[in-house]
Amino acid sequence: METLLNDFSVGLFVMQAVILIILILLMRKFAWKPILDALQSREDGIQNALDSAENAKLEMQNLQADNANLLKEARAERESMLKEARELKNKMIEDAKTEAQAQANTMIAQAQAAIESEKKSAMAELKGHVAGLSLDIAEKVVRQELSNKDKQLELVESMLNDAKLN
Amino acid sequence: MYNLIGAGLIVIGGGIGLGQIGGKAMEGIARQPEAAGKIQTAMIIIGALLEGLAFGALILGA
Amino acid sequence: MVSKKSINFIAILVLTLFSVSSYGNSDKQEPGNPVNTAQEIKEYIAHHLKDSHDFHLFTHNESGTHISFPLPVIVWTSNGLKTFMSSAFHHDDSGSVIVEKGDTRLVKLHSKIYELDAGATTVAFDEHHHPENAHKVLDFSITKSVFGMLLAGLLMLLGFSALARGYKKGHSVPKGIGRILEPLVIYVRDDIAKPNIGEKKYRKFMGFLLTVFFFIWILNLLGLTPIGFNVTGQIAVTACLAIFTAVIYLFSGSKDFWKHTLWMPGVPVVLRPILAVIELIGFVLIKPFSLLVRLFANMTAGHFVVMSLIALMITMKESFGVVGSTGMSLVLALFISVIEILVAFLQAFIFTMLSSLFIGMAVEEHDHH
Repeated sequence: METLLNDFSVGLFVMQAVILIILILLMRKFAWKPILDALQSREDGIQNALDSAENAKLEMQNLQADNANLLKEARAERESMLKEARELKNKMIEDAKTEAQAQANTMIAQAQAAIESEKKSAMAELKGHVAGLSLDIAEKVVRQELSNKDKQLELVESMLNDAKLN
Repeated sequence: MYNLIGAGLIVIGGGIGLGQIGGKAMEGIARQPEAAGKIQTAMIIIGALLEGLAFGALILGA
Repeated sequence: MVSKKSINFIAILVLTLFSVSSYGNSDKQEPGNPVNTAQEIKEYIAHHLKDSHDFHLFTHNESGTHISFPLPVIVWTSNGLKTFMSSAFHHDDSGSVIVEKGDTRLVKLHSKIYELDAGATTVAFDEHHHPENAHKVLDFSITKSVFGMLLAGLLMLLGFSALARGYKKGHSVPKGIGRILEPLVIYVRDDIAKPNIGEKKYRKFMGFLLTVFFFIWILNLLGLTPIGFNVTGQIAVTACLAIFTAVIYLFSGSKDFWKHTLWMPGVPVVLRPILAVIELIGFVLIKPFSLLVRLFANMTAGHFVVMSLIALMITMKESFGVVGSTGMSLVLALFISVIEILVAFLQAFIFTMLSSLFIGMAVEEHDHH
């Protein structure tokens, strides 16, 4: 201990203190401050870059999600449009069918009506003819058979009975 | 003469202490290799404190 | 692999140069009489461990010429400030060469400068070989240690201002020497300062911590070179560093720190003054003392062991022969030197680490209670 205290040089201590203070001040001014600031700003820069990359990634994901949504919507729209068109088509076909049916029905009805009226007129004509014919026959018969009066009457009677209408 | 004996005793004590620190640290590292860095730093600090004690005693005795 | 190789290479280089200087490096030897006894080696090592006033490279034993360059001596004597070059002492370390500056007579004895009392013309010694008629002077000389500190400071300024300039020029990635220095700065910041002092307050102490870390490390490494600095092995230097740390943590102590130190809450009132005394002694005396002693003792021990192992070459020459003793000394000294390279870093790390730990204790604010 004494030898150490003997070795302790006050002058060296003072010199060391002075040198150390000056060195700390100089180093702070010329080295540590700029170095630490630069390191700090570089680390901040890296952190910012990382953050913005993260943000960009998130944005990208959002965009992709948006795109997917849009696509999905478009697809749905197309689906619905197709469906609508199909329905329209079906409806049109259906409508056309029913209209045609209706038309056909009316036509058939008209035709039937026409046939009926034709038939009626034909019947009437036929009746006229039959009447004319019967008159002719009657005339002839009358002409022939007027001689035989009883027989004639009998004949007319029977003829009329035979010629039943319809 | 006596201070040499004292120095010997100090070295024995310090050696036992350092051995304990080192041994336990090794055990710790073997058990948890992922904590090796932290254990080493703590080991060095405690070793240094012990060393300071031992050297202080040696200097006072010398 | 490359770094390992280069470390070995450096170690070998250091050793070879060291051993060269240990052969012929002695102030006190007569010509033709190299250091070769145990006593002389002991003295030589003790001399190396001390500070010296000239920069001594080696002595040519045949002719007795000293290859060295002198350093300025600045002393505060009873007659005021005296300055001269250390060559005025003619490499004398035993107090026999007297330098006269006006009325003041100065001698150099065991690397210390003494002023002779008025009227004395030679140094008289008592039985313990202490000078009787001379007293020490305040020695502000640019000694070898001061020179080493200036050199380390200059290296730091050059290296780190180059790194800082690189950033200013807009290179975000450093070039050249900065590539080595930048990770070290980041290491000190992220692994030493931040965990111990805390994210918020570390910035204020970075100037001190970084300066001290690199200062100690560079000086430790300079101590391993054959130039033979032993700056961090000077107790005045380590004491100064430790006192700086103590002053910084005592003056930046938070209110909580002082409350916990002087009037510990949660402890019986009777015990509080006792605890306060213990804590105060711990912070004011013991912690700085352990800091200064640790660095001093480690570096001194390292130099002592390396030099002793190199000296094996001489002390063991008779029992093992020239080749055997040289080989043994080379292997052992190489081994210890490699360890010393680690210790050089470790001591700088420990000093900075403990400094920041103590600063962290002092600035810590407890948000509980």
